Amino acid sequence: MLQVILQQTRPTTLNVDLNCEKGEVLALVGPSGAGKSSVLRCIAGLQSAQKGMISCKGKTWFDSEARINQTPQQRRVGMVFQHYALFPHLTVMENIKLALDIDKDLHHQHGEQLLDKVNLSGLEQRYPHQLSGGQQQRVAIARALARQPEVLLLDEPFSAVDKVTRRKLYMELNTLRRQLDMPVILVTHDLDEAAMLADNLCVIHQGSTLQQGRPEQVLFKPDNVAIARQVDARNVFTGQLVEHENSLKLKWYDNLIDVVDTTNFSVGDNIHWTLSPSKVLLHQRVRQSRGEHENPLVGTISEMVSLRGITTLILNVEHTQEKHLQMDLPEHVAIRNQLKIGETISVSLLADAIHLMQE
Amino acid sequence: MDWQAFEVSMSLALLTCLSLLPIGLAIAYLLAKSRFVGRGFIEAIITLPLVLPPTVLGYFLLVGMDNNSFLGGLFVSLTGQSLAFSFAGLWFASIIYSLPFAVQPMLRSLENIEPEIREAAWCSGLSKWKTFFKIELPLAWPGIITAMVLSFSHTLGEFGVVLMIGGNIAGETRTLSIAIYDSVLAFDHQQAQSMSLILLAIALVTITIVYTFNRKQSRVAVL
Repeated sequence: MLQVILQQTRPTTLNVDLNCEKGEVLALVGPSGAGKSSVLRCIAGLQSAQKGMISCKGKTWFDSEARINQTPQQRRVGMVFQHYALFPHLTVMENIKLALDIDKDLHHQHGEQLLDKVNLSGLEQRYPHQLSGGQQQRVAIARALARQPEVLLLDEPFSAVDKVTRRKLYMELNTLRRQLDMPVILVTHDLDEAAMLADNLCVIHQGSTLQQGRPEQVLFKPDNVAIARQVDARNVFTGQLVEHENSLKLKWYDNLIDVVDTTNFSVGDNIHWTLSPSKVLLHQRVRQSRGEHENPLVGTISEMVSLRGITTLILNVEHTQEKHLQMDLPEHVAIRNQLKIGETISVSLLADAIHLMQE
Repeated sequence: MDWQAFEVSMSLALLTCLSLLPIGLAIAYLLAKSRFVGRGFIEAIITLPLVLPPTVLGYFLLVGMDNNSFLGGLFVSLTGQSLAFSFAGLWFASIIYSLPFAVQPMLRSLENIEPEIREAAWCSGLSKWKTFFKIELPLAWPGIITAMVLSFSHTLGEFGVVLMIGGNIAGETRTLSIAIYDSVLAFDHQQAQSMSLILLAIALVTITIVYTFNRKQSRVAVL
C-alpha cells in the first residue's frame, strides 16, 4: 500500500493525506495549479515537501522527522510524464532497455514482452518522433513498467492526445490495469476520465486533499460545498431542515422535500443540498406512473442541449427563485415527450439521491 | 608558405579545443543546472572576450603572466620558464579568449534538454552520471561539436591577443595569422595569399559544420 502525508507552506501550500492499495487506481483530481503534479513529483522523489511521510510496501521513502529522503533512483517508481519525456535519441526498444533492471541477457526478451503488453510489437526500432501520440504514450507506459515499479504514477497521460485516440487509450489502460498489482496514481483534471478509470478519487484543491472515496461517493455525495464545486456538481442549492409530520424534511422555498439520509443534521439547520441531474425524473405526459408522488416539482424549460444521446434540460422551477435545476435524460425520451424550450414540465426529485451538506 | 607557423597554429588550436571540451562542458553544465545569485555576472565574465578589444584582453593576460604575478610566478617555480611569450602562455590565453565560443553553444544545447527528460531518466533508475553520459551528452552533442569547431577556428584565426602575449617567436608563438601579417609587411604577397587561403578554407569548412550540426540540434529540440 502507498501512503502519502505531505505538509508544506512554501513555495506552494501542500496539505495532503492519501493512500492507495495495490491493484487500485486512485485518481487525483482538481483544477490546473491545484498541486496534483506536485504530489506526484513528491512521491517520485523529484521534489520534497517540508514535512510528511511517504511509504510504499512497508518501505519508507520519505520521512521528514527521521530525515529519510530517498532519491528517485532508490524509490521504485514508474512515472509516465504529461508529454511522455521519451529519450528522443533512442529507439523504442532502447528507451525501454535503459529502464530495465534485470540481467542484460534478458533485456531483449523482457523488452519485447513489455512492448507486447502495450500493443507495440513491431515498432522496436522506431524513434519517438516517428510515433503517434498514442504510441508514444504506450512506450512511456512500457518504460515505466520496465523497472518493475512498486507504484505507477501517471501525470495527465491523456492530455497530449486527440479525443479519438484518448478513448482508445482509456480502454487499453483499463485492460492493462487489471494485470498490474501495484498502486496506480492517475493525475487528471478531467472528472469523467477519473470516474471512468479510477477505483477511488481524491479531490485536491489549492494543495489540500479534500475528500477521498469511491467515484460515486465523491461526485454525488461530496463532504461539503467546496468539494461539490470542485467536482462540478451541477445542482447545488441552499435550504433548511424542518420537522413535518414527525419526520425531517428539506424546505426549499415553499416546497417540502423528502430526504432519506438526514444523519448528523437536525431541525432548523441551514444546509446546502445537491442532486445529480440524472436523478431528476421526468413525468411522462402520455401516462402517469407511481413515482410521480415523490418530490414533484413543476418547471419551465429554459435551456436544452443534447450531446451523445443525453439531453440536458435547465429548468426554472415554479415557486422558487432558482433558475438552474439541471436534469439529464436520454435523448429519445426528450424526443418522445416532444420537449421544447419554454414548455412546462413536471419532474420528481429522487429522495434517496438528495445529498445534504453542512453550510 | 610558413609551415612552422602552420604547425604552431594547428597545435595551438587543437590543444585549445581539446582543453575546452572538459572545461567548457563543466562550466556550461553548472550554469545550465543551477540558478544562483551572480549567475549573470559569471556569464558576463565568460562572454567578455567576445566584446573586449583583443589588445585589452592581451594586456591583462600579459600582466597576469608576468613573473611577479601569482600565475606567472607559479609557472616559473614549476617549470623554470616564463609563461609570457611562450607556447604554454599562448595556450592558456587561447583557452581564455575562446572560452565563450565553447561555453555558449554547450550551454544552449544543455538548456534545450527538457527537465522532464532528465527526470524520466532518474525515475528509470539511471544515476546522475549515467543520465549525463547516456542522455544529456548525446542530446547536447551537436552543441558540443559546434563548441569544439568554433573554438578551434577562433583560436586558429586570433591575431591581437597572440601578438600581445606571444610576440612573434618562430616555432614557439608565431602563428599563421602573425605570419600573414609579417609577409604583408615584407611585401611577400604570394606567401600571404596562400596562408590566407588556407585560413579561409578552414573557416568555411568549420562554419559549414556548425550550421549542419545546428540544424540537426534544432531537429532534436522539436521532437
